Amino acid sequence: MSLKLTLHTSPTVPLEAENISPDCVEGLTAAEIAALPAYHGNQQATLGDFFTIEGSANGEIELEGDLKKVKMIGTRMSHGRIVIHGDAGMHLGTNMSGGEIVVEGDAGDWAGAEMSGGVLEIKGNAGNALAANFRGTHVGMQGGEIFVHGNAGSEVGGAMRRGLIAIGGDSGDFTGVNMKAGSIIVLGELGWRTAAGMVRGTIVSMHEARILPTFTYATTYRPSFLRLYLVRLREMGLPVEDAQLNGLYHRWSGDSVELNRGEILIFDR
Amino acid sequence: MQIGDAEIVDTFAEAFKMSAARVIITGLTPEWAMNSAVSMTGFATSIIGCKCEAGIERTLEPEETPDGRPGVSVLLFAMNAEGVGKRLLERIGQTVMTCPTTSCFNGLESENKTVVGGQLRFFGDGYQISKVLDGRRYWRIPVMDGEFLVEEEFGIQPAIGGGNLLILGEDIETTLHATETAVAEMRKVPGVILPFPGGIVRSGSKTSSRYKFLFASTNDAYCPTLRGFAPETHVPEDVGCVMEIVIDGLDLPSTEECMRIGIETAAQNGAKQVSAGNYGGTLGQYNIHLHKVLESQLVS
Repeated sequence: MSLKLTLHTSPTVPLEAENISPDCVEGLTAAEIAALPAYHGNQQATLGDFFTIEGSANGEIELEGDLKKVKMIGTRMSHGRIVIHGDAGMHLGTNMSGGEIVVEGDAGDWAGAEMSGGVLEIKGNAGNALAANFRGTHVGMQGGEIFVHGNAGSEVGGAMRRGLIAIGGDSGDFTGVNMKAGSIIVLGELGWRTAAGMVRGTIVSMHEARILPTFTYATTYRPSFLRLYLVRLREMGLPVEDAQLNGLYHRWSGDSVELNRGEILIFDR
Repeated sequence: MQIGDAEIVDTFAEAFKMSAARVIITGLTPEWAMNSAVSMTGFATSIIGCKCEAGIERTLEPEETPDGRPGVSVLLFAMNAEGVGKRLLERIGQTVMTCPTTSCFNGLESENKTVVGGQLRFFGDGYQISKVLDGRRYWRIPVMDGEFLVEEEFGIQPAIGGGNLLILGEDIETTLHATETAVAEMRKVPGVILPFPGGIVRSGSKTSSRYKFLFASTNDAYCPTLRGFAPETHVPEDVGCVMEIVIDGLDLPSTEECMRIGIETAAQNGAKQVSAGNYGGTLGQYNIHLHKVLESQLVS
């Protein structure tokens, strides 16, 4: 039986639970895990003050309950699997480098921030700053994959350096802001100011988008590499149409305020 | 041993350790993937004069390829991994990258890898783009029809070259029919290629020559016109033609299975005798005995 944490007391202010991670609970007993520290606002508490803990730490952790106020789950995890049966709070999977997190509901802001590996799957919606860099750092996501089946907020993939972000719904404003490389694929619509400050990298949208005037139209073509990505999205259950797999895309190059080597690909409906 | 009217000679094929890679070429249509594959495997019949042996393993349905487009699987063999690497770079660069609509992927998982896309990327003259997906790196090289997509590294593995069959028949038509029919069946075996034109070689060789500047020459023991006076002949009086099939395989079981199918099919389609070529067992690392290959099928 995998390790199961069930919320028995809802936090009244955000609970910082970065110890809920396979790396942190490996080899510990349920009692030892319950004694791990967690910050409830500015008060030190323990995981056991909020969660009932059952099972053994065998690499998989399941979480039950309304976890909207539980932050930093899976922070810096490098292996293993976390499944959240419901919503998750902010900073989910921050700095993760491996393993897998599955959220069956929504995730708060900063999910996957500065991650470098692993897979983060959000079956509902993601908040703002998905996989983005923190204020004051220059690089966001550096590897791994994120799949959001719903919508995402603003600043998705800010300062991204490598990896894949796929959004099944819409993506908010400033998608890919200051992006350095990597790939963001949005099956829904993009917000304003997409790819502002983009250096390199790829943003794909299946709908018409507002393109900044610092981007230049290049051509309409079939990007062969995109097929690999769309096949991957299909494997993860995102609704990619055959027409999108085989279709033509308008290529826009930019951002010319930077290196001008990035691209926005817009599906030609 | 007999299969129908055909004698299966109690002999062996002498085969050699080689190295091999598998290349998956996809295209907008099956025809364009095949155009590239035919080009890539051209002039690749024998390691002696062509530096490698290459052939089409099979066509691939869209659902079998990494990008979901129609494709062709190509196998390329050379004497060692370094040789495979060089030939891959040359051939993919000159015959896959140049061909309209193609993309090129590695088809062999191996710890031993050679860099192909990582070298071809320089053709992009600084405009190339790297993409990493699921741990694999790909290069997007801008070209006139859009982009050429090629995988960074290709796997290389130990393999076997020089498995062979000699098909002896009454005349050229009968022998060719028996050999062609065998080739058609042998080509269904995964992991093997028959590198010669149409899978068949008519100018089998021996590893010696009266000329100091040649190390190989016509296999006079199997030339029907020399039966009357060659130092040694293996051509029976009622045989007017001999054809050879050379088999390169990714592993011994595939090579043996291919040979078994070839022996049986040729024997059942007009061959008078099926034999194999060897050097007395002194050169090659593998001795594939025809009778054992047939008996293994009987056992299974």
